[in-house]
Amino acid sequence: MGWIKTTFHKSGSPRWFFAGSRPWVIGLYVFGALLIVAGSTWGLGFVPPERLQGNSVRILFIHAPAAHLAEAIYVAIAIAGFVFLVWRMKMADMLIQAAAPIGLVVTILALATGIIWGIPTWGTGWVWDARTVSTLLLAFLFFGLVALRQAIGRPDRASRAVALLALVGVVNIPIIKYSVEWFTTLHQPPSIEIGKKPAIAAVFLWPLAVNVVGFYCFVAGVVIAALRARIVDREAGAQWLRDWALKS
Amino acid sequence: MTELLAMGGHGVYVWSAYAVSFAALVGLGIWPLVSLRATMRRLRQRGGDR
Repeated sequence: MGWIKTTFHKSGSPRWFFAGSRPWVIGLYVFGALLIVAGSTWGLGFVPPERLQGNSVRILFIHAPAAHLAEAIYVAIAIAGFVFLVWRMKMADMLIQAAAPIGLVVTILALATGIIWGIPTWGTGWVWDARTVSTLLLAFLFFGLVALRQAIGRPDRASRAVALLALVGVVNIPIIKYSVEWFTTLHQPPSIEIGKKPAIAAVFLWPLAVNVVGFYCFVAGVVIAALRARIVDREAGAQWLRDWALKS
Repeated sequence: MTELLAMGGHGVYVWSAYAVSFAALVGLGIWPLVSLRATMRRLRQRGGDR
């Protein structure tokens, strides 16, 4: 178990992270992109139309991964907020700063594909119900994390305020998750739940699973790349970084 | 081919949803690399002045 503690302590070092993270970015980009291309080709060309939704069901294969990923990014940010508030770990603060705009883009993507899917299946792009509103709130939270940091002049105070907002905002996550069960809604219930038999046929399940893993891997690569960019930005004065910049 | 594009009238929704997604993912992928490179260039210029 010692290695967990060592890795945790080492990951607090921007220098250590920067030195070792480049292969991860390349690997996750390539692996994620391959899976997304494979899953999307599968979902677009090799799956029969659904009985009720027809061909529009193919939007599921990108909408559900984006929506799920948006929540996962928020949970990661909230954990980083907790770590920063308790241990004052600089890397946790940089992770929040790197991941918040990415989370915002992914949430907007989930909303956009949901609107596009809603037009042929619900007869309307938008309804003011629990699932859509709680997801819209998620977009505002990500935006708030970005804007709050800009609004507070002193960086140390900004970091603490942003971490606190990240932590408090996590109450929205269970609301999104259970919004299709607690409230009456047009949104369909989840297709896959841990510990339950999938609610969709296996032909639709496979391309969905491939795309979910693909989205997670690719965007994990993006978050690591963005964290590297934050490190370079914030540690610009450090000697090791200047040496590295001149060497490469 | 036409059938794949039309998707029984749902083509416009399906293809636009995929187009938006790929544009967003490609944009996300490129943005941190460009930003890292720009900062590195700035650092190198500053380092070279000394």
